[in-house]
Amino acid sequence: MTVRKTPSLAVLAGAAALVTLAACDSKSQPAAAGGPIKVAASDTACEVSATTANAGNLTFEITNKGTKVTEFYLYAEGDRIMGEVENIAPGLNRRLIVEVADAGKYQTACKPGMAGDGIRGDFTVTGGVAKQNDTNAQKAEATKSYAGYIANNTSALQDETVKFADLVKAGKVDEAKAAYARTRTYYERIEPVAEKFGDLDPAIDVREADLEPNQQFTGFHRLEKDLFKTGLQPDSAQIADKLVTDVKTLVGKTKTLELSALDLANGAKGLLDEVATGKITGEEEAFSHTDLWDFQANVDGSKGAIASLRPVLQAKDPALVSTLDKEFANVQGLLDKQRAGDGFKSYTELSQDQVKEFASAVDALSEPLSKVAEVVSK
Amino acid sequence: MTSTEGTRVSRRKLFGLAGAGVALAGAGAAAGIGIDKATSGNAEASTNVVDFHGEHQAGIATPAQANLHFAALDVTTKDREKLRALLKTWTEAARRMTAGQEVVANGAVGSGAYAPPGDTGEALDLPASNLTLTIGFGPSLFDGRFGLAGKRPPQLIDLPLFPKDKLDPARSGGDLCIQACADDPQVAVHAVRNLVRLGFGVTEVRWSQLGFGRSSSTSREQQTPRNLFGFKDGTNNIKAEEPDVLRDQVWAEAGDGQAWMAGGTYLVARRIRMHIETWDRETLDGQEKIIGRTKGTGAPLGQTAEFDELDLDVGGAGGEKLIPEDAHVRLASHQALNGVRILRRGYNFVDGSDGVGHLEAGLFFLAFNRDTRKQYVPMQQALSSKDAMMEYVQHTGSAHFAVPPGVTRDASWADALFS
Repeated sequence: MTVRKTPSLAVLAGAAALVTLAACDSKSQPAAAGGPIKVAASDTACEVSATTANAGNLTFEITNKGTKVTEFYLYAEGDRIMGEVENIAPGLNRRLIVEVADAGKYQTACKPGMAGDGIRGDFTVTGGVAKQNDTNAQKAEATKSYAGYIANNTSALQDETVKFADLVKAGKVDEAKAAYARTRTYYERIEPVAEKFGDLDPAIDVREADLEPNQQFTGFHRLEKDLFKTGLQPDSAQIADKLVTDVKTLVGKTKTLELSALDLANGAKGLLDEVATGKITGEEEAFSHTDLWDFQANVDGSKGAIASLRPVLQAKDPALVSTLDKEFANVQGLLDKQRAGDGFKSYTELSQDQVKEFASAVDALSEPLSKVAEVVSK
Repeated sequence: MTSTEGTRVSRRKLFGLAGAGVALAGAGAAAGIGIDKATSGNAEASTNVVDFHGEHQAGIATPAQANLHFAALDVTTKDREKLRALLKTWTEAARRMTAGQEVVANGAVGSGAYAPPGDTGEALDLPASNLTLTIGFGPSLFDGRFGLAGKRPPQLIDLPLFPKDKLDPARSGGDLCIQACADDPQVAVHAVRNLVRLGFGVTEVRWSQLGFGRSSSTSREQQTPRNLFGFKDGTNNIKAEEPDVLRDQVWAEAGDGQAWMAGGTYLVARRIRMHIETWDRETLDGQEKIIGRTKGTGAPLGQTAEFDELDLDVGGAGGEKLIPEDAHVRLASHQALNGVRILRRGYNFVDGSDGVGHLEAGLFFLAFNRDTRKQYVPMQQALSSKDAMMEYVQHTGSAHFAVPPGVTRDASWADALFS
């Protein structure tokens, strides 16, 4: 995925020109404390009206002038998410208020089509409080940051699941098929969290091959089968409703979940184990073969947890951090080669050599990931 | 043994000395050295033969050997008499091979220059290595082909599909099975190879499995071995020293349903692939909680020594149970299964790599029980649906066999079934 550092003026529509000018005017000026920073997002550009700001509460106002649904992120070093807004439909304005206490280098990103690394821009924060190094405070910060990541993904999961279920209920098979893999993305990113809630994970995500005696086949994979293999069934609508109910219950429960820094470390590892045993083998998406979407989401989720832990890890084992960065980038590079449109090729299109290359890259990433818990526990 | 079997010098010497070895055992190390010299380096002289005959087949409650070659076969003929004749031939061959003899007298080099040798020869010069050969009959043998439908024991069910099973038909089922266990893998392979050879035209191999590093012990004399997860496996197994438990949990009785099975048992074979690489990235604490035992001594969590009784309720900090609800030992324990136990006889396996650089490795699980419906099935249902270890394992092959009782000196494996 190409990272576009500077927006191309040529592709900006007339309406965006004003914002562009504003951006030029204020380029070297910090945004007024608390004043909104305007972001003009299109399908090919991410125009931010200021690229520096004083530490404190920053407000971004994002306008989607493109034709694709987009997202906006503010990242700290190592793609630690400081804040994000998802699901900004074309024509919509959304606001992001994020507290940035520390001076340093950050990045803004728009993600048209909600895929890939997005269109990045550098963003500098000045002033602010001195960096603290107290381990316990860092760990508390990590879990808080990750809780934000969970909240963002669960809220998107709920919205997208409702839309997906509506398509199923309306019998719009082609549109539901197109929405299936994207909807699951938000679930696959936070799966270790979902697995903490007993029967909810099976109800939402059980595979047909794993059903227990007398267990009803429900959730995403049941609808996957209906959509991609058998055709919609008399009870498909009912299953779709149950999925929405289960997802809503899950979202409610995650709000009260208390995670530790060790949970984050184990979750990051667990997600890659999911890749190694379920996605590389093509077992997860037996009917739709959209395993690579899940693969990407698992990698995103793992990376999200590690990003939250980054300050803790950086203080204790900087070499491990650079190894993780390198191996994450390696896996991402392989995934990027298999992109098709906003998503990925079918698992069935992969050659045995490509599968092997993925397995090898996941092993190389999983080994250092398995050391994170010990470093965090020190 | 006759003196005409001139080619197997060292094995013959061994047998000549077997009795002497027993007599000398009490004399200590010096006697051992004497035997070593006399037998060209084989110190196992006195202990390397397991009696083929008895009330039960050898290879079940007899001490587990180090290596396994297991084969499942299909019967290709529809001729009942051919099958019956083969079982008699097999019995005689097994009787000889388990005693350390060639499959036929002078078979390897003494049967003439213009015929293929009667014994394949790779076990020449090797001791009997405690070889046991055990036979079983699969559910499919009791279809209409051989008039045996009325003989099918009710315990010999078609196993249900368990959650998370990923069974490969090419590694499952079979009309017959042969379990060969020996302390030397070459001896076990030799035995199966020659029985298969004798069966051409009547049987064909459906699938087979090599195993090493017995993953359980069947006698208190044996140290508990470790599986490929690095944990002691089978600590709570039924031991030969527990005849009452064997009687209740392993050996079939005439009143159980089919009188011909009295003294027999039921064998469940499961090929369990282990995801070694992901397991190796699990923390020690995580591994121990999944198993429910410590990795070093094998003690149950909360206890100090390997054979300490499991205490499923022992609590730790914050009132959490030390042995988690989804720990393997909890779910597989007789305390959690209404007293049900099974006799395990599994082996580790490594079938090379899987094509993406991971070990194609795991546990070839062999277990004997008196009624699979009441013992193995509820145990596996509990494990498949709840065991934390299921994240790291996948059942890829499955078979079930009725193992007939043992034979006397003049009898054959065919007798009970065809009587």
